[in-house]
Amino acid sequence: MSTAAASPRSAQAQAFRDFWKRFARNKGAVVGVVILLAVVVLAAVAPLIYPQSPWSMVQRPFLPPLAVDGFLFGTDTLGRDIGAGLVHGARISLLVGIVSTVVALTIGVTIGALAGYYGGLLDDALMRFTEFFQTIPNFALAIVLVAIFQPSITSVIVAIGIVSWPPVARLVRGEFLSLRSREFVQASVVLGQSNLQIITRQILPNTLSPVIVMASLMIAQAILLESSLSFLGLGDPNTMSWGYMIGAARTVIRQAWWMSFFPGVAILLTVLALNLVGEGLNDALNPRLARKGR
Amino acid sequence: MSKAAMGDAPLLQVEDLSISLPPGAERPLAVEKISFELARNEILCVVGESGSGKSMSANAIMGLLPRPHVHPVAGAIRFEGRDLLQLSEVELRDLRGSRIGMIFQEPMTALNPLMRIGEQISEVFDAHGLLTKRERKARVVELLREVGLPDPETLGESYPFRLSGGQRQRVMIAMALALEPAILIADEPTTALDVTTQAQILQLIKSLQERHHMAVMFITHDFGVVAEIADRVAVMQFGKIVEMGPARKVLNDPQHDYTRRLIAAVPHFEPPDRRSLEGPPLLSVKSLEKTYVTERGLFTAGRRVPAAQAVSFDIKKGETLGLVGESGSGKSTVGRCIVRLLESDSGEIRFGEIDLARLKGRALRPHRRHVQMIFQDPYASLNPRSKVGTIVAEGPMAHGTDRATAMARAAELLRLVGLDATAAERFPHEFSGGQRQRIGIARALALDPELLVADEPVSALDVSVQAQVLELLAEIKQRLQLSMLFITHDLRVAAQICDNIAVMKLGRIVEYGPTRRVFKDPQHSYTRELLSAVPGRHWSIPEVSVEAERQAVRS
Repeated sequence: MSTAAASPRSAQAQAFRDFWKRFARNKGAVVGVVILLAVVVLAAVAPLIYPQSPWSMVQRPFLPPLAVDGFLFGTDTLGRDIGAGLVHGARISLLVGIVSTVVALTIGVTIGALAGYYGGLLDDALMRFTEFFQTIPNFALAIVLVAIFQPSITSVIVAIGIVSWPPVARLVRGEFLSLRSREFVQASVVLGQSNLQIITRQILPNTLSPVIVMASLMIAQAILLESSLSFLGLGDPNTMSWGYMIGAARTVIRQAWWMSFFPGVAILLTVLALNLVGEGLNDALNPRLARKGR
Repeated sequence: MSKAAMGDAPLLQVEDLSISLPPGAERPLAVEKISFELARNEILCVVGESGSGKSMSANAIMGLLPRPHVHPVAGAIRFEGRDLLQLSEVELRDLRGSRIGMIFQEPMTALNPLMRIGEQISEVFDAHGLLTKRERKARVVELLREVGLPDPETLGESYPFRLSGGQRQRVMIAMALALEPAILIADEPTTALDVTTQAQILQLIKSLQERHHMAVMFITHDFGVVAEIADRVAVMQFGKIVEMGPARKVLNDPQHDYTRRLIAAVPHFEPPDRRSLEGPPLLSVKSLEKTYVTERGLFTAGRRVPAAQAVSFDIKKGETLGLVGESGSGKSTVGRCIVRLLESDSGEIRFGEIDLARLKGRALRPHRRHVQMIFQDPYASLNPRSKVGTIVAEGPMAHGTDRATAMARAAELLRLVGLDATAAERFPHEFSGGQRQRIGIARALALDPELLVADEPVSALDVSVQAQVLELLAEIKQRLQLSMLFITHDLRVAAQICDNIAVMKLGRIVEYGPTRRVFKDPQHSYTRELLSAVPGRHWSIPEVSVEAERQAVRS
């Protein structure tokens, strides 16, 4: 090994450059990152470009796109600006996507880690519990949960989190099962580290790559779920979201295509971008698997 | 280059062969301008450490290079008037098996598990369109008999999983011999086998070679094996042949520096005289029992494998006890019971006042520091996501030392095991196997243990690195007055570093005594069998002078 003199910081920079190189080899993933960044930026500057609430009626209803200056995407059935709805909706979509994924990861990683590390009866119990959730259709359960808790942004996030953790638990459990018999884990047992330390410091960091890949896809899934819930009118009644916009416009789709078309394109692009990024992450984090696939 | 023993023209000539590696590899050429020849009726051993290009040369002859990443760029391989490098895939296929046979290292994976052994051997005839069905059957039986397998008439009907590793390797040899090739290439064929099995397979290869007047190219990293069977030796380093000559000459009077270094690193079979140790035992194991029980499933019967039965031994302060035996003898199980990675069924593991076998969970944790372990696989035993400093400091931190003190101690320990101070900030993958094993040793020492359990700590390392790590262990043991339980299958290593030896077979200690006594005057028949199976035991390793560079080039 000749890179002895490299300082830790430059080593980290080097590691990141290597990571980016592998990531960028997947052209689709780069496109995904660009789209995603655009969505994030739009969401971040939403109050600047559309200072008014997306609920306020600002023009006459049924205004087609580009018919009036300043209304690039037209207005909806009540004269609300669709452009404002799009950028404000991006905030909700991203918020719900990210937070509910965090919720799902927290539940899934905890249950998977405990089941995989301790095995035995605890594993059996936790896995039966997981299967219980897996046997109920995701969307149906989410509808029931939101209906019970009253539609609000919190209940939507919790509901999506609760329906999407089982795959995470199974993935993490599998990783733990294979890692716990590895010698470096045994070494830390012999050193006298506590189970919690072994789980969090030794095994968990080694399960991160597949979990990160899965998380990026889960965000996309969560955005779709949120849109579907809003479409059915089960979203938070006080937030403008893409799903709600499509839902509200569905009765007039033949007269005013733009009302459902633009939010639909927004959902499509965001979900597509997240899937592309997930694939790129998979290639970059599991280089061996990626090469085999070629 | 010396002419072969027989006067006639060489069978195979490799001339100035160079093989390129893909860009970004550690060197541009896997093999650089190597030339050698192989004569009828001789065994040429190609020796070298991992990455020396020895397998690459063999694969080039067989046309098995992983093209296009790795391909020959210059030279020629002449065989029966043709240059093998110029042949088409079809022509090569015709040659493989029929004129050049090959056996591989891993007998466990080289056979198709879903195919009967007889069918697999007759496939060779099938591939070359030879013999009728009936003739094939007869020939298979003949081959199985020739390689010394029991019940050759019925064995062809069984599946590979019913055979042991040694038996599978015999099947592989039978397949390679099926068409009576002129050349047999054997790539580390005995490395995965136990020492007694290895001795039998070496014997078999030698006798077959003599009977069929074959030329054998035998690739190995083990000088003991070379001493056992080689007629001629080629030593490879960094893709070049650095020394080549008759076996006797190379083994006893090595010329090249690298050869000298390799030979100096081979542990002597003769155990040195050791003072006997006085005092009360530090660790006392009494009638330890451990049986593995696989639970009865819905369709499978339960299985009980006794891995340790009535195992008793003592280790005094400063003593090294060697636990030797073949795979499946239960030696690792005993080691793991002592560090309490495994729960023993019954028996005592007395360490001073306490019985470690009785402690559990939280009560055990503070006592773990007295007994530490060094693991076999330097690639699997370090957390790939942790920095080396953290890996070493983790033990003391788990026992309540604050981070700063633990990290300072880790830096100190890394220096002690011969790594420089910057090592702490790097990740394990930046280190070689030998360096990683040093990190593993530093980690074990971090808790100031009194006993080290070393489970085959050098068996995954190249011979020169192995010698350095053993030296380090001996030095540290001396300096810190440590005791050690050294688990190994390698009797040469055991002879050099153990004060006492316990020989295990099928979960029992069959012989236990001072190393010198056990080696000179073995009482149990199994010990005698083991000792006589050590390859090259009659070769007395010459005392070659090796320059001070050995210190400079630390693994």
